Amino acid sequence: MSEPTPKLTTEAEILAQLEDGMTIAIGGWGSRRKPMSIVRAICNSDLKDLTVISYGGPDIGLLCAASKVKKAVYGFVSLDSIPLEPHFRKARQAGSIEFAELDEGAFYLGLLAAAHRVPFYPTRAGIGSDMLKMNPDLKMVKSPYKPHDELVAIPAFDIDVSLIHMNRADKFGNGQFLGPDLYFDDLFAMAGKKTFMTAEKIVDTDEFVKLGPVQTLKISRVFVDGVLEVEGGAHFTECPPDYGRDEAFQKEYAATAKDPKLWDAFLEKYILDKSHEQYLKAIKGFGAQKKKKK
Amino acid sequence: MNAPDKQKDKPVSDSGSDSKLPPNSKEPQVQDMQVQDICVLACAEAFRGDGSMLCNPIGNIPLLGGRLARATFEPDLICSDAVSLAVLGDYPIGQPLDPIVESYLPYRTMFDIVWSGKRHVMMGASQIDIYGNQNIAAIGDWKKPKAQLLGLRGAPGNLINHKTSYFVPNHSLNSFVEKVDIVSGPGYDKMKDLPESASKYFEIGTVVSNLGVFNFSKEGKMQVKSLHPNVSFADVQAATAFPLLLPDGITEEGIPTTPIPTEADMELLNNTLDPNGLRYM
Repeated sequence: MSEPTPKLTTEAEILAQLEDGMTIAIGGWGSRRKPMSIVRAICNSDLKDLTVISYGGPDIGLLCAASKVKKAVYGFVSLDSIPLEPHFRKARQAGSIEFAELDEGAFYLGLLAAAHRVPFYPTRAGIGSDMLKMNPDLKMVKSPYKPHDELVAIPAFDIDVSLIHMNRADKFGNGQFLGPDLYFDDLFAMAGKKTFMTAEKIVDTDEFVKLGPVQTLKISRVFVDGVLEVEGGAHFTECPPDYGRDEAFQKEYAATAKDPKLWDAFLEKYILDKSHEQYLKAIKGFGAQKKKKK
Repeated sequence: MNAPDKQKDKPVSDSGSDSKLPPNSKEPQVQDMQVQDICVLACAEAFRGDGSMLCNPIGNIPLLGGRLARATFEPDLICSDAVSLAVLGDYPIGQPLDPIVESYLPYRTMFDIVWSGKRHVMMGASQIDIYGNQNIAAIGDWKKPKAQLLGLRGAPGNLINHKTSYFVPNHSLNSFVEKVDIVSGPGYDKMKDLPESASKYFEIGTVVSNLGVFNFSKEGKMQVKSLHPNVSFADVQAATAFPLLLPDGITEEGIPTTPIPTEADMELLNNTLDPNGLRYM
């Protein structure tokens, strides 16, 4: 049997693809199935001035706290069980980041346009609200068809690198979600000039259909440039059915926004110069958490 | 409004011994319930007449309102499990469940439904004004806000595509404001400036607060529909930073009192939909 070229990669190789000033899009939703191991690796790197595009959660929060963000593009930034992301709030309230705040659905169209290689998709979302005032670059477009409705033209996101985390993947770069929602990760994968995927587990391709129905096979290798097994790679965000959100850890993370000393201690304990394996040791109880939620 | 003390005792439901009394005499009275119970019913009423539509309330009290509406007078409503499923049947909110799944509602499908118009959302509002402009994004100047809140979320798309209602649990001069800092969900004044093609799907249904129920006049200004028990027009006006209108032909004294849940409603809430009293938290 002929076989495709494997796309197995390493964290270092993924990081080597990122450059200062790049636009990085991150899959998942809020505090759900975020590629957190790569987010932490970016925090640990010398990278700076990133534009981050995300249905935002602790990915945007952590990167803001680590001063990696020049601009955030989002519809919301939330930790779900903690509705407001404290590190992101801090950055916004200090005026330390640029931002583009979009309607959540308009955000979807920015991804979709990028995935489909069209300059924009039209929508009513935003008409009458302050979304247009907050995003002076957004333009209206007149329908060429009667009755010539005026619609908001949501421009395609210009994404250098997309990062997503899946439950399962194969070595060729196909990905499988086993949780309740894919979110928009297939579009993230399509929209990035390059896309890197971490997965809880790399399995043989013929395992996929035993693990879930074919409808869970939404990430095709044609859109993936590198794949990496990272067990616990979404921690502390949820990654069902592999594990739920680590609420206790998330609380600890959120509380560090109150005091720079707490943040420095958090950084020291969990992130600075820590490999993923060291992180998993530092967050002790990850295995227990995983079992409990399974 | 001061909520009456929570009464643990259920209203008497004896059907034989007091048959001489009028049939409604065993119904619970205002003192038997809390303001949250009244708010749940008021939220339920917001969905009356929707029929076969995705009922998408956000927050425990609106969620219970939607579930109560479906369990009583709007059986065709489609309700989400708040994750990714449309589920049939009456079951507790905020608890693990083993529901009957009737369809799949991942976020992407949710946006498709928003744009299709077959949805009625009930959102919160950190600020709301006389025209129904809603702010959940931030307080202060959006460029450098005093308090960053949720962000625009789905409000701009919701309002321009389908019916939207609001629940505001803390009616005060800080929430019912003269002018919202950021327009997340646009109000009736914004629609006046737009062509019909842009505003044709816009509708703000009901605004429910802990003091009363409000809707909008033909001119698109907020008016009092009903006041919760023991709330006067003066009370609600004092907590509102803009002049509240009365519907045509209604005097202050003639404002209806918000209906309170029946015994059957309370039983549904206490035994089936909200056995843990999440509406009081």
